[in-house]
Order: sequence, then C-alpha cells, then structure tokens
Amino acid sequence: MLAVIGTVPDQAFPIVSGDATLKGDEIIIGDQKFPVNRGTPALLAAAIKTSEFLGREAPFAYLVGDIGLGDGCRRLYEYLTENLKEKDFNAITLHYFQPDIKWHDRFLSAIDKLRQRPILIADAGSMYVAKMSGHSQSYDLFTPDVGELAFLADEAAPHPFYTRGFILQEEDRVPELISRVYKYKNASRFLLVKGKQDYITDGQGELVTVDGPSEEAMEAMGGTGDTLTGIVSSLIESGIDIFKAAIIAARVNRVAGHYARPTPATQVMEIIPYIYEALADILSDKKEKVTG
Amino acid sequence: MSFYKYFKKKKSETHENRSSWERGILIFENTSEVIRGEGLLKDKGWDIRVMGPPPEIRTGCDLVIEFPLLEELNILRTLQDAGIPPINVVPVSSPLLHPVDLFQVKDFGRYLMIRAANMKLTVDRETMIIVNVSGGGCPDVPYISREMVGKPLAEAPAPRDIGHTLCGYAMQLAYDEMKRQCSQ
Repeated sequence: MLAVIGTVPDQAFPIVSGDATLKGDEIIIGDQKFPVNRGTPALLAAAIKTSEFLGREAPFAYLVGDIGLGDGCRRLYEYLTENLKEKDFNAITLHYFQPDIKWHDRFLSAIDKLRQRPILIADAGSMYVAKMSGHSQSYDLFTPDVGELAFLADEAAPHPFYTRGFILQEEDRVPELISRVYKYKNASRFLLVKGKQDYITDGQGELVTVDGPSEEAMEAMGGTGDTLTGIVSSLIESGIDIFKAAIIAARVNRVAGHYARPTPATQVMEIIPYIYEALADILSDKKEKVTG
Repeated sequence: MSFYKYFKKKKSETHENRSSWERGILIFENTSEVIRGEGLLKDKGWDIRVMGPPPEIRTGCDLVIEFPLLEELNILRTLQDAGIPPINVVPVSSPLLHPVDLFQVKDFGRYLMIRAANMKLTVDRETMIIVNVSGGGCPDVPYISREMVGKPLAEAPAPRDIGHTLCGYAMQLAYDEMKRQCSQ
C-alpha cells in the first residue's frame, strides 16, 4: 500500500489519516473532504487515478492543515512517529511540509524501526528537509524541478531561496547539475527531474530523457509536478522498478497534459481526468515506449 | 527518448554537520534594536537567541539574533510592523549567501511567467489576472496560491502579507518583478 504524507492549506484542518478517494474534484478521507487544486491533494488525486487503473488499493493519506506556520507539520510528524508502525506500507511519499530537521530525523528513526522498510519518495518541502538534514541518501526517489535541482546541487544552500547564482537553473545544464547533486551526496537513489525535458537517472551511469509530447504551458501550471509525483508513487507501489516507473510516469503526465490541451491558465484539475486514459496509452505500449 | 552514459565514478565528499542549516541571523543597525527585537520575538514564542556575529558579517554591531530561517518572512513582517526591520538576513551555515536575484522570464504571448528561485507566477496580460502559481515546497505555497490565483495582480494579496516561509519570500520576489514588468 502507498502512504502519502502532506498538508492541506487550511489552518483548521485536523490530522486526518485513512484511505483516500476522489469524487468529482474533491478528495474524501473518512468524513473529511477538500478540493483538489494543487499541492498534496493534487498528488493524491493522481495517485488515486493511477492506483485505480492498476487495480491496487487506494492510497492511504496522512494529512494536516498548515499554512506555513509549521505547527501542523510538527504535530503530524509526532503522530507519524507514534502511529506509522501500525500499518504496512511498501512505499511512502512525503510532500508539501515545513522543513524541520529535528522532527524529520525522528521520522526517519521511526522508519528504520518498521518491520519492512518502505520505498521512500520525497518532493517539495520534504525533499528540502532531506537535503538540509544530510539524509538525502535515505530516500529512493526525489522529483525536483530544475530550480530545486539547482538547490540540491548547491552544497551550501539551506533552501532554494539561497541557491547561489553561479549554479544556473537552466534546462541545458541539468546533466551537470545532476552530477553535482550526486557528488555532494544530496541525491536520493534515483532522481526524476521534471522540466521541458524530464530526466531520470539511477546515479550509476544511466540517464534517460523524456521530452514528448511537449506542452510548454504545463511549466506555468501549479500542480503538474504534484501529479507526476502521484503517478510515479502509485506505479512504484504496484511493484514496478523505480527507474522504469519514473520513465512511465513522465510519459503519462505529459500525455495527460497533452489531452487537456492546456494553456498557462489551465488548472491542474483539468488534467487529472486524463491520467487514466494516458496510463492506458502508455502501459499498453509500454515495451516500445519505455525502452525506446 | 534517449539513453546515454553520463556519469563517471567520482570520489564522494563527506557530509558536514548540518544542524545549523535551518537557522538564520538577523543583523540590526544597533544593539538597542537587537534587544528590542529579542524581546518582541520571544514574546511571540519564536525559538531565537542573541549571539555574537560570525566574522564574515561583523559590521560594527556586536550582537545578532539567531532565528528559524524557514520562518524568515513571518519574522520579518513582525519586526517591520514594530518598526525595527533588520538591515540584513543571512543563513547561519553560510553567512555570505544572498537571496536569489536572478529571474527567469517566459513569454507565452498572452501570458507572462516569472520564476524566482523555486517559485513561478503567471499572469494573463490581457486581463492582468493571476492565472497560476507553481513550484515551492513549504506549506504556505498552496495557501498563497489559493489566495492569489484568479485575482487581478493589482488587487491580490502580496505574498509578504500572507506567506510565512522562504518559499513565500521567493514568491514575493516573483510578484515584485511581475509588477515591475507589467508596469513597463
């Protein structure tokens, strides 16, 4: 089962845990429901669609309300360190979260005590704190964009806001940045770098690019990185090898975006309904497209 | 799609202690402001402490305030409201680091996108409506996005007023640059 850990932009939203389902443009967990817009709800919506397609269990969500004060995240970290052992997950995805090194370290200690260590995937603030704490290598997959990759590549930067200017955040320098991320041990085992071209690497010599179909407008849309992380999380949870899952997810996210015919004003919820169709397209032709 | 070998095996570097990476330093004009700032921030419940400045940033004032770096935007707002804004803010881990000052501008024709650090802001130039906010990782980003998207650039709340973190601060830089570009 996949666990998704993240936040909802509502300070009054309590700690909620349970199976997540998608109804219309709302995520439902128990008696709580909230809109899919961007952030963790968009990740969850994409993961739900992918799990449905694969015939897998619905993702199990651990969510809390936080608008950047960090109090909700600290409460959820504490909850997780006490309750994570009650469930068996084969993959855990951590998402929008207030970076907090002390609580993150406690969380990783709780992971180490689990009967079976799950595959760990991180994006957004959870990826930032993994780097800040020096624990990137505890993770199996990060899904940065080019700006975040530059942050990971800058061994001195404590946050993307302080990434040094000489580490240029340019698409054509992605392979160089990836090399630097591994050099300074700020990479997870695999990286899926999202951008004009998506880059997937195992850090051991293999680097794959996925560049089509290309919808330039998706760069401006909030939530398209979240859907990519949701798709790859569910694919990995289903047992697909991380490297292959990342390639498939990059293609699926692009095809879903292509079907939505986006403009820079398109909202991510307009793409999510196409994920199922995109999965059907890519997975039915997986052999050719994944290895081509 | 293409496959190619890229990496060469390189000797890895070892990690330094990163316990200071989530701390920042507030530098003030004089010690009096440091003391006022300390009292104000402690009263608000922030985990701060007064200390001597690292050698790289000694400017005459012999005290600085160490604070949780991620909450920079929220703390700056508090100090500015009290009339004691710091003259500089730097990370403890690398006091010579500066905030990003490079913007990436992408012209989609009708739409203009500006990226600052990890944050992107897109405006419809025909209507001047904010149509998308993208990027970021701290939990105020989805909140800022919810409050800004769909509103005219001139009427939307500024990220500095509703954000709390460094991601919110980066969003403010993109927002300022967007306003500058759209006024030209």
